[in-house]
Amino acid sequence: MISKPLNTTLSVLLLILSISLATFVLQVRNQLNQHLENNIKPFDMVIGAKGSPLQLVLSSVLHIDTPTGNIPLEEALKMSKNRMVKEMIPVSYGDNYRGYRILGTSKQYLIRYNAELREGKLYEKPLEVVIGDNVAKKINLQIGNTFTSAHGLAENTLETHTKKPFIVTGILKPTGTIIDHLIVTNLESIWEVHEHTEDHNHPEEEHEEQREITSLLVKFRNPIGALQMSRFINEKTAMQAALPKLEVERLMRFLGIGFKVVNNISIAILFVAGLSIFINLIKTVSERKQELALLRTYGVNTFQLIKLVFIEAFFLSFVGFVLGWFLGRISIWVFSVFIEDTYGHLLVFDFPNQEELLLLALVILTTFLASIMASSSLYKLNVSKILTDA
Amino acid sequence: MIRTDSLQFTYQDTQNNTFCFPDIDLPPTEDILILGPSGVGKTTLLHLLAGLLPPKEGDIFIGDTYLNKLTRKQLDYFRGQKIGLIFQRAYFIRSLTLSENLILRQRFPKNKSNRYRREELIMQLGLSNLENKRVYQLSEGQQQRLSIALGVIHKPKVILADEPTSNLDDANCENVISLLKKEAQTCKSSLVIITHDQRVKTHFDNHIIL
Repeated sequence: MISKPLNTTLSVLLLILSISLATFVLQVRNQLNQHLENNIKPFDMVIGAKGSPLQLVLSSVLHIDTPTGNIPLEEALKMSKNRMVKEMIPVSYGDNYRGYRILGTSKQYLIRYNAELREGKLYEKPLEVVIGDNVAKKINLQIGNTFTSAHGLAENTLETHTKKPFIVTGILKPTGTIIDHLIVTNLESIWEVHEHTEDHNHPEEEHEEQREITSLLVKFRNPIGALQMSRFINEKTAMQAALPKLEVERLMRFLGIGFKVVNNISIAILFVAGLSIFINLIKTVSERKQELALLRTYGVNTFQLIKLVFIEAFFLSFVGFVLGWFLGRISIWVFSVFIEDTYGHLLVFDFPNQEELLLLALVILTTFLASIMASSSLYKLNVSKILTDA
Repeated sequence: MIRTDSLQFTYQDTQNNTFCFPDIDLPPTEDILILGPSGVGKTTLLHLLAGLLPPKEGDIFIGDTYLNKLTRKQLDYFRGQKIGLIFQRAYFIRSLTLSENLILRQRFPKNKSNRYRREELIMQLGLSNLENKRVYQLSEGQQQRLSIALGVIHKPKVILADEPTSNLDDANCENVISLLKKEAQTCKSSLVIITHDQRVKTHFDNHIIL
């Protein structure tokens, strides 16, 4: 096979392509799943303005979409009287600093995500913020630094709140959740930044009457509570309740179709790679019939010749699998660098998992079948005839 | 050393021509030429003796071994150890060099390669300085001499040669014949040669005509 470098390279390339594609897709799906799960785990329900429940979850829990609107704080807090509610955390946002969202919430939010301070202290007064690990690294903010936020959630928004600078009081340890990509402050900061100048003389009144939040994150004592309460909110109030677990499952179902298609494509390529290795082996065996027959006169038996075919085939498959696996991981890494800036989903470079071992088993099986079929002609190798027909 | 008894062979695929061979009884270290026109089964007889073809009728003994009773695997092993084959046309592993081909032959079926033996043969056959050449870079005469080296390097008990001198000039022909005779003598092996070559016939007394 070494004497036919082009054919061999092609079949190994096919194998590399299929393995890298399959591992890449599996990896993206698993990591996305893991990432979503980590982020929604702390909360059973989100209460926000009416609109798409998926949008509400994406915006308020995962912070990758725009919010559905605002809800009055007073009305939202009425819900906390329900005895099945364990905890309610209001969140409010609408501004960013260089693309990173500024989230107004209670300190309970940080506790829910197990966020700990790496340095500095938590925010106490309005306009004090703690920043996530990734924010600190990417835009190089340090304790004591001040910045002014921009209105809206996208970077480069023109309108800035120049009069109310935020000050960084603490930096959080990496959590592997969305917090790494957030600038967290208290609710009052958000309200203060958005006060209109003409209202400045009567700030207290303003707060009492118009206080609004974007949404309310709810943890129940009992998961049944979420179902009952969400039905009540959706039917009897002007607000909407969405269940993150349900919405994320729905999202993954949509995406699942895409993953499945790509997976099937990679299985098809794997099949073609197996076929190509098989054809290569058959060609090798028939082209080198004379050499194989010669080896028989040297005392090599049929079984040992078959072993040679197997070794060749398995060597190629092994090289293909390993290179394909690494290519898949490198793509994941490149991909994660790319999306980290956009969505803040961190993908990790990790060891082969169960699904990949299953893929390896599939490759081994394919190679085994190809080798058996290719070496079947060795049983019937007519040494005398081959070495006579000159 | 070689004994055959009412040996017959039939090719399945052609018109079922059956070859009947005269009995051979060759003592160790004796040589024999097999003569006869084309198509009478000279090569077939040689391959029967090498265990490459199974006889239809009759018995073959090489030394104390009754070839008919060996399994395929045992035959392969026996052939590798005891028999040296020199073909009409030279066959090699193309991707290997001259000396790598010799090493490969020495290693099979289960032996150690012997550098001294290799160099001795290379020198005697006038192949010095060609050790690291790929076999396809060799001339036809050089290839033929290499195939002779491959046939004797493992000191077989029986050397079976099929037209070993057909591609050689007079000088090399003499050289090859004397080498074959000498190898047969030092290894105490029997030499069976198929030939048309008048130059060969003069060197041997024993012959059978098919």
